[in-house]
Amino acid sequence: MSKTTIKLNVNGQSVEAQAEPRELLIHVLREQLQITGPHIGCETSHCGACTVDIDGKSIKSCTLFAIQAQGSEITTIEGLGNPDKLHVLQEKFKEHHGLQCGYCTPGMITRAHRLLEENPNPTEEDVRFGIAGNLCRCTGYQNIVKAVMAAADELNQPEAVA
Amino acid sequence: MIPGRFEYHQPETLPAAVALLSDLGEDARVIAGGHSLIPMMKLRLAMPEHLIDLRAIGTLRHITVADGQVRIGAMTTQAEIIDSGALQQSAPILRETSLQIADPQVRYAGTIGGNVANGDPGNDMPALMQCLDASFKLQGPSGEREVAAREFYEAAYFTARDDLEILTEILFPVSTAGYAYEKQKRKIGDYATAAAAVLLGKGADGNCNHAAIALTNLADTPIYCEEACAQLLQSGVNAASIQSAVQSAMGQIEPVDDNRGPAEFKKHAAAVILKRAIDIAWSRN
Amino acid sequence: MSAAEETIQERTAALKGLGTSRKRVEDARFTQGKGNYVDDIKMPDMLFGDFVRSPYAHARVKSIDSSAAMAVPGVIAVLTAQDLEPLSLHWMPTLAGDKQMVLADGKVLFQGQEVAFVVAEDRYIAADAVDLVQVEYEELPVLVDPFKAELPDAPVLREDIADATEGAHGPRRHPNHIFTWEQGDKSATEAVLAEAPVVAEEMVYYHRTHPCPMETCGAVASMDKVNGKLTLWGTFQAPHVVRTVASLLSGIAEHNIRVVSPDIGGGFGNKVGVYPGYVCAIVASIVTGQPVKWIEDRMENLSATAFARDYWMKGKIAATDDGKILGLWCHTTADHGAFDACADPTKYPAGFMNICTGSYDIPMAYLAVDGIYTNKAPGGVAYRCSFRVTEAAYFIERMIEVLAIKLNMDAAELRAKNFIRKDQFPYHSALGWEYDSGDYHTAWNKALEAVNYTGLRAEQAQQVEDFKAGKTRKLMGIGLCHFTEIVGAGPVKNCDILGMGMFDSCEIRIHPTGSAIARLGTISQGQGHATTFAQILASEIGISADDITVEEGDTDTAPYGLGTYGSRSTPVAGAATAMAGRKIRAKAQMIAAYLLEVHDNDIEWEVDRFVVKGAPERFKTMKEVAFASYTQVIPGVEPGLEAVSYYDPPNMTYPFGAYICVMDIDVDTGESDIRQFYALDDCGTRINPMIIEGQVHGGLTEALAIALGQEIAYDELGNVKTGSLMDFFIPTSWETPNYQTDFTETPSPHHPIGAKGVGESPNVGGVPAFSNAINDAFRAFGLTHTHMPHDHWRIWKTANDLGLHS
Repeated sequence: MSKTTIKLNVNGQSVEAQAEPRELLIHVLREQLQITGPHIGCETSHCGACTVDIDGKSIKSCTLFAIQAQGSEITTIEGLGNPDKLHVLQEKFKEHHGLQCGYCTPGMITRAHRLLEENPNPTEEDVRFGIAGNLCRCTGYQNIVKAVMAAADELNQPEAVA
Repeated sequence: MIPGRFEYHQPETLPAAVALLSDLGEDARVIAGGHSLIPMMKLRLAMPEHLIDLRAIGTLRHITVADGQVRIGAMTTQAEIIDSGALQQSAPILRETSLQIADPQVRYAGTIGGNVANGDPGNDMPALMQCLDASFKLQGPSGEREVAAREFYEAAYFTARDDLEILTEILFPVSTAGYAYEKQKRKIGDYATAAAAVLLGKGADGNCNHAAIALTNLADTPIYCEEACAQLLQSGVNAASIQSAVQSAMGQIEPVDDNRGPAEFKKHAAAVILKRAIDIAWSRN
Repeated sequence: MSAAEETIQERTAALKGLGTSRKRVEDARFTQGKGNYVDDIKMPDMLFGDFVRSPYAHARVKSIDSSAAMAVPGVIAVLTAQDLEPLSLHWMPTLAGDKQMVLADGKVLFQGQEVAFVVAEDRYIAADAVDLVQVEYEELPVLVDPFKAELPDAPVLREDIADATEGAHGPRRHPNHIFTWEQGDKSATEAVLAEAPVVAEEMVYYHRTHPCPMETCGAVASMDKVNGKLTLWGTFQAPHVVRTVASLLSGIAEHNIRVVSPDIGGGFGNKVGVYPGYVCAIVASIVTGQPVKWIEDRMENLSATAFARDYWMKGKIAATDDGKILGLWCHTTADHGAFDACADPTKYPAGFMNICTGSYDIPMAYLAVDGIYTNKAPGGVAYRCSFRVTEAAYFIERMIEVLAIKLNMDAAELRAKNFIRKDQFPYHSALGWEYDSGDYHTAWNKALEAVNYTGLRAEQAQQVEDFKAGKTRKLMGIGLCHFTEIVGAGPVKNCDILGMGMFDSCEIRIHPTGSAIARLGTISQGQGHATTFAQILASEIGISADDITVEEGDTDTAPYGLGTYGSRSTPVAGAATAMAGRKIRAKAQMIAAYLLEVHDNDIEWEVDRFVVKGAPERFKTMKEVAFASYTQVIPGVEPGLEAVSYYDPPNMTYPFGAYICVMDIDVDTGESDIRQFYALDDCGTRINPMIIEGQVHGGLTEALAIALGQEIAYDELGNVKTGSLMDFFIPTSWETPNYQTDFTETPSPHHPIGAKGVGESPNVGGVPAFSNAINDAFRAFGLTHTHMPHDHWRIWKTANDLGLHS
């Protein structure tokens, strides 16, 4: 089966991959583009470990063919911050012990990022509802929710706007 | 969980999509948001040779409210429905229902057209569409036709849509009646154990002047409860009429035993959920 | 400020040692998507393996035709049992003294069993080829009910051992019977039961479930034929054991095998065992000379890798009229599936089920466990639990409630009346354990006060009245639990896995500039070992935790250890860390004395330094000593500063806790809502309170899942009904409540730092608390016991059976 050239903008970089139509975005990201932050957890779109941001939407990349993402702008956990300047969510997940094994964390933070973009002042209920597509087996979510709320608070401080 | 091979098509216009589907016939499947089809393909329970992706067809993505009618393009996502102020004004039950479908990520991708078209008894929109008395616009090689939602569902995954037709648009009258979509589920985002869509209008005289009731996942199709509606319209909304309406609706359902529980339980839960939905809908007048 | 001017408190704080809520060092990589999990490993020419699995629960394999699969471009090999047989790898030993098919050898015994292994250039081609392998099956009668295993018409599952009357754990009375394990005094216990004023009986089922970590199991095997070295990366909770097993199975010398556990995306017991995928990946790499990756998908994970629980526990508990417990009797029917692959210490075929006397002073007890084969997946791992402790805790905490009902007594009062008293420790239980320490009454009273237990009961009574009066359709349940765990396996004299004593180890090297690396035989799967073990060491050797690297999981560098499960890391490897630290300090003391020109005995340790007694201004910090150890000639002392400890614990540790859960139940829909959950844990010395709290939150959520819906269910044909995350219940943030955590601190008297382990306590104690709440809600209506999982329809059924819908 012939492969198609898939052009994407991933984390601000224009990239290309060759993929069959049936290749899932998660596989192209992980295996061709070395974007291994998003993980595969359930493969049936129930767990959210593979969550990436595509054109401003949180998407489960295990349930999208790479070819369907042709031309789109994708942000993954790798694009949210960098070692010199972490994203506030990354800082807050560390500070509030919002992760343990770390496997769900990239999807969780990527989802939380979109949630806060859309709703900068969430209630705890908003956060719990907004991350309900991301499963975690380790934390019981309590500290994840705390971390997201703390990140919202910090992002709302005027000095946080760089 | 790896899908089989297929050829991918992304037509940019509806006529092109219809033509492709005609050409490719039964080897092709239309894909909208993909959250039903792609998991099936990964399980190899669906192995189409061609996928016709509707995502590039801009004309299928719109929400318009005019002349007392709501029109929603089939490729409109659940997230767009939730965010639509116009819909919140003209049919707030839609947002209430959409928020109970799956999870945020799925709602960004999942479309109303996909939800109503594939005939999965677990989907929430079909019953809602019956409740709203919606009709579905179907475009096929021999032209366009409309089918009422109440006539559309034949059996699980079998609908009035011909294999060569594409469901393009959903139309229904503006509905500002009291509304409720109540859904019992094992956890958030799950398919319904039992769910009920209810619209009840209250006239100036306090009587019920509009009633529509439909149920999700309690048979192999959504169930429109015509007799229950008639009872509420005739007798007004009171404890006795609610009870007989619920009883009548329960006579129509045929739930099956599954992981959500035995049929006996679902019948009981369905009655509770329906009564709850009627109470809420009526209270929202 | 110079080192001399800092106060002792400031210097202690700077170490970030014991008791500090130190932020985790692991998080930098995980929050940036730079973890390194097994599926992240990519090597040149790496192949991908995928299984052909049985659709049937019991069938003969008549033939396997892989010609069509082999014809697919990119397919390298299709391995079957026939290919493995010459290498004697078509079967492998299990951790429980049984053996297990690696690939179907003539028949299949559970749905999802591995039949053939396809090796291809990538996972897409492998999946295509899997579909093309033609397997001809002849279906056989299926056995799913363990109580039917020994009926005359029961099919014989394990034909390979049908005639063996002796198994790894003693006599077998039937081809489908694995073992009978007995503990305690049967006749004396039955005599107590016969004469006791009150005896309560119940069958308590702890259903089959699955640890289901977010990351499934997988491995990458790479046979370097040039150097004769095999490297195996994988999801291993016990990498050294895997190395030894791999060596024994493959014949490759152990020094030529390197096993690496990279970052692991949660284990919870699922990743203790050795799976056919690992073996096949190794064989495929040896055959092809290329690296081979095998990663299971979620459905494979749920249906074929190790399940947990599935214990039918028939109990009898005897007491005086006023509630003093006299004796406990338990017979358990244990459904082990098709192969006995339980992950238990060798001498404990039912794990530590004999901790089932719980927190109570029960003078006489008897336990028997019958292991049974059925057509289900093998396993029986400790899902966030120490070897069947969860089953034991659930059993006794249900039996206490059942007894309270029989006595018409408050269940909190009944517990308090029977707790082992503080002055009874060390306490010898009727089933053979020596409980090291505890203070149950203090914890219990603290818990009852924290939730205003009296007030809750009054509220509940009012709600029952309201319900009866038709004012509400909701009931309120108060779930009590006081659990005692037994963790930290374990003393080598009675604990081993495949013969390997269950010690653990730590090796420390202090660098010249005063930082350090410590390597351990355990492996974190999210517990934060790199953070907490550095804290233990910081307090022992006076070097800041921030200056200590902790490494685990690479058998080429880490000292031998038995791995991480059963809450054994802190009790065993944590102890080894402290002991190795003390060896460092002992050597450092000699060096410091030399540098200070005093006798060894004239200096004393103070936080991070040795100080001359009576002359506090004269001292040498550990950092200075470390430098000196590399740069100066110290007479009579070897250069360098290193130590290693292999720690054989003298006893288990016995963490305990008091949990109270308040739930509201909708009688008509069966929906339940957690109103409040209070969890008091006593894990002895607390190393990192932040991490302890996180462990408790997570463990409680896993308990919530199990109690309220999570199960591996089979239909009568042995088909798995809950094989994906659609049906296998994992709560989201929406269903999960906020928990209140609390603690008491009763140090273990035999552990070097008094720590006991905590990771599994919340699962052990949480399940009974949730289940007791559901059961308790219906107590006023005559319910004695209803089985888990308490999902909506089962709760509804309970209410229905009690006539609450009429």
